[in-house]
Amino acid sequence: MNNKTKVKVENLNCFYDDFQALKDINMEIKSKEITALIGPSGCGKSTFLRCLNRMNDLIEGARIEGIVCIDDYDIYQNGTDVVSLRKKVGMVFQQPNPFPKSIYDNIAYGPRIHGIKDRSRLNEIVEKSLKNSALWEEVKDRLDTSALDLSGGQQQRLCIARALAVEPDILLMDEPASALDPVATSRIEDLMKDLAENYTIVIVTHNMQQAARISDRTGFFLMGELIEFDRTETIFEKPAQQKTEDYITGRFG
Amino acid sequence: MNRFKEKMIRRFFQLNGLFVIFVLIGIFVLLIRNSYPAFREIGVWNFFSSAEWNPTSFTGPKYGILAQVYSSLIVTFGAMLIAVPLGVATAAYISEVAGPGVKNILKPTIEILAGIPSVVLGFMGIVVIGPLIARVFNLNQGLNAINGSILLGIMALPTITSLSEDAISAVAKKYKEASYGLGANRWQTLVSVVIPSALSGIIASIMLGMGRAIGETMAVLMATGNSPAMPENIFDSLRTMTATIAIELGEVPFNTTHYYALFAVGLILFIMTFLVNLVSDIILHKYQEVD
Amino acid sequence: MSRKYKQFFGFMALRLAGLIVLFVLFYIIYDIVSKGLSSINWEFISQPPRRGMTEGGIYPAIVGTFYVTVITALVSVPLGMFGAIYLNEYAKKGRLSRLIRMAIRNLAGVPSIVFGLFGVALFVQWFNFGPSLISAGFTLGLMTLPVTITASEEALKTVPDAYRKGSLALGATRWETIKTNVLPLAIPGMMTGSILGLARAAGETAPILFTGAAFFIPHLPDSPFSQFMALPYHLYILATQHHNISVVRPIAYATALVLIVLVLLINLTAIILRIKYRKKFENK
Ligand SMILES: Nc1ncnc2c1ncn2[C@@H]1O[C@H](COP(=O)(O)OP(=O)(O)OP(=O)(O)O)[C@@H](O)[C@H]1O
Ligand SMILES: [Mg+2]
Repeated sequence: MNNKTKVKVENLNCFYDDFQALKDINMEIKSKEITALIGPSGCGKSTFLRCLNRMNDLIEGARIEGIVCIDDYDIYQNGTDVVSLRKKVGMVFQQPNPFPKSIYDNIAYGPRIHGIKDRSRLNEIVEKSLKNSALWEEVKDRLDTSALDLSGGQQQRLCIARALAVEPDILLMDEPASALDPVATSRIEDLMKDLAENYTIVIVTHNMQQAARISDRTGFFLMGELIEFDRTETIFEKPAQQKTEDYITGRFG
Repeated sequence: MNRFKEKMIRRFFQLNGLFVIFVLIGIFVLLIRNSYPAFREIGVWNFFSSAEWNPTSFTGPKYGILAQVYSSLIVTFGAMLIAVPLGVATAAYISEVAGPGVKNILKPTIEILAGIPSVVLGFMGIVVIGPLIARVFNLNQGLNAINGSILLGIMALPTITSLSEDAISAVAKKYKEASYGLGANRWQTLVSVVIPSALSGIIASIMLGMGRAIGETMAVLMATGNSPAMPENIFDSLRTMTATIAIELGEVPFNTTHYYALFAVGLILFIMTFLVNLVSDIILHKYQEVD
Repeated sequence: MSRKYKQFFGFMALRLAGLIVLFVLFYIIYDIVSKGLSSINWEFISQPPRRGMTEGGIYPAIVGTFYVTVITALVSVPLGMFGAIYLNEYAKKGRLSRLIRMAIRNLAGVPSIVFGLFGVALFVQWFNFGPSLISAGFTLGLMTLPVTITASEEALKTVPDAYRKGSLALGATRWETIKTNVLPLAIPGMMTGSILGLARAAGETAPILFTGAAFFIPHLPDSPFSQFMALPYHLYILATQHHNISVVRPIAYATALVLIVLVLLINLTAIILRIKYRKKFENK
């Protein structure tokens, strides 16, 4: 496991109007690792995730202070191209959100937006992305059927494939398995472990076992603060903070 | 480059959004601009203080707007006497009493009624309501104030009904349940809980219906007889502001005092409906915020 | 009186109100159909009026109404769509969008005759279009704008936000997102709503009285700058301005019938479109 820093967050504060949702966050996310973010509801996990691809820009009243560097480039500096940032930092949402288009067109959506028109090239990308997200075998014979006809777990893998198709470096996942049953969840988890060989993954989860199972590092958020951030074994076996221990042992939250 | 393009596209859509404001201001400005010569010639005081409107009089034109304003208001008032009870009752019926089958008939009925062109209603005023009024009240003919009120009442009905119904069905279930819980029956709940909670929405709907009635042209033009004198009773023929414009604008040469005077009438009409709509808007939005 | 009786009579009164409304519509339609139907035949639909409108048909009025409605659509549908796209996709919740919304509601309340005055001053006089299809169409187009813009916004609101976010998260720009992921879903709804507005415009008389509608023109308009005959105006003429009103009464009834059928047909098209589109949307 290499230890190159992919994302460096320094003194990050985030406000929704007057409400401060993130307080002075510092964190280094390593390349090609899975970083899990845990914490009780409303503690700011999703907010933090959205800071990393500037999806917060879309929320009215959201304001950000501090520095987020990806590959040593501060993504909040003036003149940042948000579009290419989001191409580089993919996102998978809590609710699977396939577009009401065919499976093929869902995957090809991103590449087409970014200018790839050549059909055979698109075919390649679609196949590769679906294979990477472990969906290919299930859907290869019905690529032109509606994506909305897939099961929830398949839809979520489709969304992962869709994100992979634009060849991001980083994949942000906000509770990607919370709407899924256990079987589908374990498929997604296996998938993430495979993907971690090539991608940097940040995942928000409410499920402590899931964090423990798949992640290399874990961050514990509480009321907008990053209480503790360390290797996953450390967090779950001998956390430095009492609050962390209380949370993972289920004493609150 | 790409970002520049995005910016331009955004600007383009923004301009289209702003266009509505331009139109509204444009209407206002043009009305003022074209009314100004009339006010200067006639004198503002004369214009508003006289009830005599006779632009083609032999002894010198008379431009007094009072009779028209009064006529517009009185016909509208009559229309409200018809449309408010009928509209609110129908709204209450649809949302609180009627079963789904009846609802599915009444709601489209109201939509279709709203879609009937006003010229057709005006025609009905001439061929159906006029003769009916003449027969019932033993008059020579029935083109008069009540005829206009009945037609405007029918025109305002869909607005009042559908918006009142929205307001009534928006009353939270918990209020109703609380009332049932206290042993009130459905009628008592309707009268003492549902209608009072929906009142601001209902009033807003009435204001909107009223705005439409004041501004309506064809129905009153065709059904009220159009005599320009001050009406004395509900069986008198009268001529509203809208009808005056409709009758005379086609006959006057452009850019004469008479022409400008018609714009002045339009300006007063615009301001009146604007105020009525504004009040309804304010009520409606206050009420939505609470909701 | 016991509360049970109060409820009984109260509900009875409400029911009566509903019945009256039903009766009003039914009677209007009954009267027009029963007295207009007999004058309707192929000649009536396909021929111009003859002998001072006492014979012949209303063909030029049908065509004129069609033309002016097309111009109305060309003005109000794109403007309404674009304005709605701004309000729903770009505008932040602020003073500006509140102001625009207020302007829309107020514009919707401007009396149609005032639009007529505006059309005369602006299109007929200032732009020097004269009384013409184009002056009338533009006037009606601006009058219909509040309907098309509101309808278009409603349609945009039905598109789930997840489709926008999903697209933006893939690195699509706002406009790309709207173009590929929002509009294809919203356009059918935008059209349905707009058509309903156009149906109303087609039946309007006051705004076209002085902006282009003509008493009688034996031929069809040959350019956007021609005057035209229109169904609602024709009905007005036949009902009130004709020198021999009782003779043309059956023709007036038939004209009213054609006008109502036309307006209802346009409405029906929109409703059918809406149902079809909704089904398609739900199936997926
Ligand atoms: N768009 C918004 N506007 C205002 N406040 C917001 C917004 N989104 C989130 N918040 C607030 O910011 C805080 C953090 O929210 P966030 O969604 O990041 O929490 P979370 O940790 O993801 O919670 P959950 O586990 O429930 O998803 C919450 O108090 C929330 O109410
Ligand atoms: Mg969250």
